[in-house]
Amino acid sequence: MKKIIATQSNLSVMLIFIAVVLSAPLWLTPIGANYPDLLQKFAIFGIFAIGFNILFGLTGYLSFGHAVFLGIGSYAAVWSFKLLTMNVVPAIIFGIVLSGLFAAVIGFISLRRSGIYFSILTLAFAQMSYNLAYSVLTPITNGETGLQLRIHDPRVLDAAAAEQSGIPSTTLFGLSMSGYSGFYFCAVVLILAFYVSLKIFRSPFGLKLQAIKSNQTRMKYTGFNTRPYLLTAFIISGMYAGLAGALMAVTDPLAGAERMQWTASGEVVLMTILGGAGTLIGPLLGVGIIKYFENIFSALNEDALHTIFNFLPEFLENFLVLITHPFVGEGWHLTLGALFMIIVIFLPGGVMEGINRVSNFVKGKYFSDDSGPDSKAESRLQPGDAGGE
Amino acid sequence: MDAFVLQILNGLDKGSAYALIALGLTLVFGTLGVVNFAHGALFMLGAFCAVSVQKILTLEQVVLDPDQLTAWGTPMEIRTPYIEAWLGDYGAVLIDYSVPFSILFAIPFMLLIGIAMERGLIRHFYKRPHADQILVTFGLAIVVQEIVKAQFGANPIPQPAPDVVAGSADIGLLLGFAEGMVVYPWWRIVFLFFSASILASVFAFLRFTTFGMVVRAGMADRETVGLLGIDIDRRFTIVFGLAAVVAGLAGVMYTPILSPDYHMGMDFLVLSFVVVVVGGMGSLEGAVAAGLLLGILQSFASMNEIKSILPGIDQIIIYLIAVVVLLVRPRGLLGREGVMED
Amino acid sequence: MDQIQKPKADYSLAMQGESEMENNSVLEITDVNKNFGGLRALADVNLSIEEGKIHAIIGPNGAGKSTLLNVCIGRLAPDTGSVTFGGKNMVGLQPHEINHAGMVRVFQTPEIFPDLTLLQNVMIPALAKRDGMFCFNAFKDMRDQKDIQDEADHALEDVGLIKFRNNMAATISRGDKRRLELAMGLIQHPKLLLLDEPTAGMARHDTNRTIELLQKIKERGMTKVIIEHDMHVVFSLADHISVLAQGEIIVSGAPDEIRGNPIVKEAYLGGEEL
Repeated sequence: MKKIIATQSNLSVMLIFIAVVLSAPLWLTPIGANYPDLLQKFAIFGIFAIGFNILFGLTGYLSFGHAVFLGIGSYAAVWSFKLLTMNVVPAIIFGIVLSGLFAAVIGFISLRRSGIYFSILTLAFAQMSYNLAYSVLTPITNGETGLQLRIHDPRVLDAAAAEQSGIPSTTLFGLSMSGYSGFYFCAVVLILAFYVSLKIFRSPFGLKLQAIKSNQTRMKYTGFNTRPYLLTAFIISGMYAGLAGALMAVTDPLAGAERMQWTASGEVVLMTILGGAGTLIGPLLGVGIIKYFENIFSALNEDALHTIFNFLPEFLENFLVLITHPFVGEGWHLTLGALFMIIVIFLPGGVMEGINRVSNFVKGKYFSDDSGPDSKAESRLQPGDAGGE
Repeated sequence: MDAFVLQILNGLDKGSAYALIALGLTLVFGTLGVVNFAHGALFMLGAFCAVSVQKILTLEQVVLDPDQLTAWGTPMEIRTPYIEAWLGDYGAVLIDYSVPFSILFAIPFMLLIGIAMERGLIRHFYKRPHADQILVTFGLAIVVQEIVKAQFGANPIPQPAPDVVAGSADIGLLLGFAEGMVVYPWWRIVFLFFSASILASVFAFLRFTTFGMVVRAGMADRETVGLLGIDIDRRFTIVFGLAAVVAGLAGVMYTPILSPDYHMGMDFLVLSFVVVVVGGMGSLEGAVAAGLLLGILQSFASMNEIKSILPGIDQIIIYLIAVVVLLVRPRGLLGREGVMED
Repeated sequence: MDQIQKPKADYSLAMQGESEMENNSVLEITDVNKNFGGLRALADVNLSIEEGKIHAIIGPNGAGKSTLLNVCIGRLAPDTGSVTFGGKNMVGLQPHEINHAGMVRVFQTPEIFPDLTLLQNVMIPALAKRDGMFCFNAFKDMRDQKDIQDEADHALEDVGLIKFRNNMAATISRGDKRRLELAMGLIQHPKLLLLDEPTAGMARHDTNRTIELLQKIKERGMTKVIIEHDMHVVFSLADHISVLAQGEIIVSGAPDEIRGNPIVKEAYLGGEEL
């Protein structure tokens, strides 16, 4: 799959991607994942993970505080809804710009160190932002309740169209951003975000970032000032997170500090790794898997399990329910943790590596002459070489 | 002045919990070279050792007493813990002392968990990049946490301190303050002494035993020790077990101060990591010093006088210090050269 | 080891050599001292590298050769003294700045990009040459960079690695990695190329191929400094040789002068006939 992407032209990759994303409500129907809420989540977290992958996948710098930018994007968007207009365009622009600014400051400081020190610095900034959002910044963030829209918000640009009863909903020049229209809006943004990421991955800039991941010292002696490269990557991925945060506010105009918590940062790390860091579509697969688990599995309860295993003899049914029960509903986090461990232990390159291995295996079986240079180029994410130190 | 002393005590208390967790974290890192994100989960497991022991001790037998009737006219249920029924007053004392008593149970249990963890998982990650280690132990932490949540529920479970030390001590009298100026809970004082003795014994163990010498040599120069033909693998397992026990004991003893819940491990882990980094990766003394220092600073920052000048400082002080230390002294307060650097 | 005397005659020989090349020297190392703790790694080193020539620095292990190289490329700061390259002071500059001044080092232990293909490995330094220290070209396509690709292919061709161009650098042999290193240095067309034992650990026929390659590119007018153990390499390539021992330059001169010099024999070659 990666091989296909690595060799196809931008146009064909984008055409396939657009077709897949826009038809998602159709092909997700059989697995029961076609309702707008979940589809929106797929798209929004997809953007978040794509952005995180630009930093982690390309440069190898593991940020453990990326959710800060998600939160900032949400707050900025909600404030735009409150003060300016319910139109989503300014909200998204504010979200991106503000998170970009924060990313510039946090990145400038954190990137003075590398390795685990960098992770800890980003984590420290995330925790500071989270704690402050909960405490002294309450006037801006509305603390534990979260920032919400009110009927009497000024909304200066919408003043003409005032005289509404109730809280207005977010719009794109009049088109309401709820349900499927909300999803299609997010999907279009996702497509744009993916296109930018594709361009970056295939650009000289992207190659240099990969080289930094591979051997940063050598990059310096090769004549590159690596820090601006890293900072640029950090800011770009922060802006992606801000965009995702703004979209969250677009689909549900509410922003809470818990969006910034380090567990939220951990989640995006998880999704990226699960899918395959450093690959183009891996992070999206990770998002799909995790969000699907979260929404479908966490809704399952014992009765639902009995229905699922109904076709089996009763003792087998009871036995299977007994085994699977701890992993669904409340326990879906357990599934997540276990799955995550399995992936890191057996497939450090994530699902993408699994797909590659399978496809190489199949090819090796049927076309035994496929040992050309390209197949070696495929085995990029082998354990041990990742150069995390 | 009295407030000052109180804050120092508070800080030492909190700080010694940080120090105990950070000590294990840095011990494992220094010898095994593994960044263990599941270390907080060990602390949490220790705390839940205390919870389990208390649960077991307070298992009740129910006897229907036909002589006494409830308001509904049914026979009253007399509930007595089995242990009290069997052992009488000794049983009651045992229940009262369930937290310290659970140490006896926690030591072998944590040792076992630590060894199983090292043998089963950590061992296979020695050669893997740090990012992989972080991720797999992070996954493990989630798993452990979820299992505990499924067993014990999501709410904090308060653990009482033994009656003798349930009250407060007017330690201000000892220091020459007026009566009632510096009043401090007895259990926190116990915890302080307990942590101090654990820290002292770990350091003594590392300094005065052959085993400890090898471990310290291993922290200074892993390759050489490996070349000496010492069976380093077995020692790694023991070191990991030791770290697990230290974290677990801290967890047990901290329960009367902070009611344990399933995510306490993660909360402490993040702080302990900051502590380790501030102290200097791989430095045991650094971990302890930074733990105490950050604990005390956090206590001071939460004083109203300070908060009125710098609002919100209590929320961010630890992280702020971590940022400053990392930028000014990249290796932490007592860090050595060449640890985790590229 | 203090018995090594430094007769005045040899010193004058070195001085004489220097005065000859004063006009067109690219790299000037003046009175450089470097101590590690109590150990004196470099003692008043004076060296002047003539443009367009191959200058070899030889010396026994621990003589300070690698330290000298590290001082040149800014990995180590000298305690005293100065390093001037093309008239500019290099001390205190960042590694990437020194690179862009035109001084490039080929590492002894291969410092390559293991997770990239050979072609990418060579394209990176070519990009550095073209894009400078920082360039945000995130919206160009790497596949449209034909000039860079051709250049990289050429460099791989030069070192005989073109058949592996799409392999991961981690997968090739150690000797090939050394040659990849060399290609990465050559593609930048530096004014001065510093080679740290380019043939160490290579099989004889690989060594000969490397010598051939270095001779081939000698005509391109690139100045080179070679640090080397292998006398065969040194005497087949060098125009000028400096002998370093105990952190001091004891002799400096043309290969013939060095070959016959008794002090060099005693200090370094251990009386072995060359």
